[in-house]
Amino acid sequence: MSDHDHAPDPLAIRAEALEKLLTDQGLVTAEAIEGVIRHYAEDVGPMNGARVVARAWTDPAYRERLLENGREAIAELGFGGAQGERLVVVENEPQVHNVVVCTLCSCYPWPVLGLPPSWYKDPAYRSRVVREPRAVLREFGLELPDETEVRVWDSSAEIRYMVLPQRPVGTESLSEADLAPLVSRDAMIGVAQVEANRE
Amino acid sequence: MDGIHDLGGKHGFGGSLEERDEAEFHALWEPRVRAIAGLMIGQGCFNVDAFRHAIERLDPVAYLGDGYFGRWLGAVEKLVEEADRRPRPGLFPDTSTLRVIDEPPRYAPGDEVVTRKLHRSGHTRLPGYARGCQGTVALWHGAWVFPDTHAHGEGENPQHVYAVRFDARELWGDAAEAGTSVHVDLFESYLAPRPRFEVPA
Repeated sequence: MSDHDHAPDPLAIRAEALEKLLTDQGLVTAEAIEGVIRHYAEDVGPMNGARVVARAWTDPAYRERLLENGREAIAELGFGGAQGERLVVVENEPQVHNVVVCTLCSCYPWPVLGLPPSWYKDPAYRSRVVREPRAVLREFGLELPDETEVRVWDSSAEIRYMVLPQRPVGTESLSEADLAPLVSRDAMIGVAQVEANRE
Repeated sequence: MDGIHDLGGKHGFGGSLEERDEAEFHALWEPRVRAIAGLMIGQGCFNVDAFRHAIERLDPVAYLGDGYFGRWLGAVEKLVEEADRRPRPGLFPDTSTLRVIDEPPRYAPGDEVVTRKLHRSGHTRLPGYARGCQGTVALWHGAWVFPDTHAHGEGENPQHVYAVRFDARELWGDAAEAGTSVHVDLFESYLAPRPRFEVPA
């Protein structure tokens, strides 16, 4: 991953020293660290949120429960854990588009979306999307009509947000299992819409 | 604190998002540091609010230059140093921060509120761009541990939290994009009822 073949990365050296200090005190172990890494690499990711969205599109009672209490509804599909104490699912409608950010740090709904991409954590997105969401969405390739209200959600406390995108036209015959692969991470952050034909 | 981390609405912090970095990690040490921070918080060596505040207290040049997980590394180092390099587990046994309190919520959805002009030197979750602004309560989220005290070892002091809706014009004036709004999750003590002008009888 690192291309520093010659000069070692000073952050890597510091990280190694920190891990050694805490390992020597019995506070962390290599097994525990690798267990966390494996969990987020294998069990948690946007495929979880995509299953939630596909279920909500095909089961109106589930959609109601999801909008009422996101944490309980995702638990029905076996999802939960850190950063999921209260999950609010905000629904896109023809006249309303929602988009999520954390301007103060980089809070993100781990149980349904896994770990955020770098751009979500970088200053450009955090500084700009609250001030000029339409311009930012345009740079993601999403041009919204002037009549559509754009609602930005700044996750400034412990509540986490996920967007329930609109079901694309032309997918009426698709099953829940067929729909889930169409749902992208970006659509659940709110910087994209779901397309009927995902590349 | 009015630090480098409080990025909402700032100009000059990076340009277009047309070409964006999709990677979750860039080096092998990054997921390890992420896991270490989680394990330290998970066993109660420090709480999540103190961790976030440690990130805010980093040197601003390091904050911007070391990247996201470089900040996590710097924050854990700082907290370990401040524990005299002997962090103790069990200081914060409850990693949950949702609480039940006796006081009823002061506000309800639809109430008009104004945010206080607080400029705390310590930790706070009231973003700078949303201070001294009029908004409308949209959602009540229940009661939560108060980060402004919890980050400093001054107790949980749980209070009600609300999603408050701000029209973009209230936040950005004439520069606001039409038809946009921002919802911010705010603790009750950040808010005051919106003053109403009395019409003389």
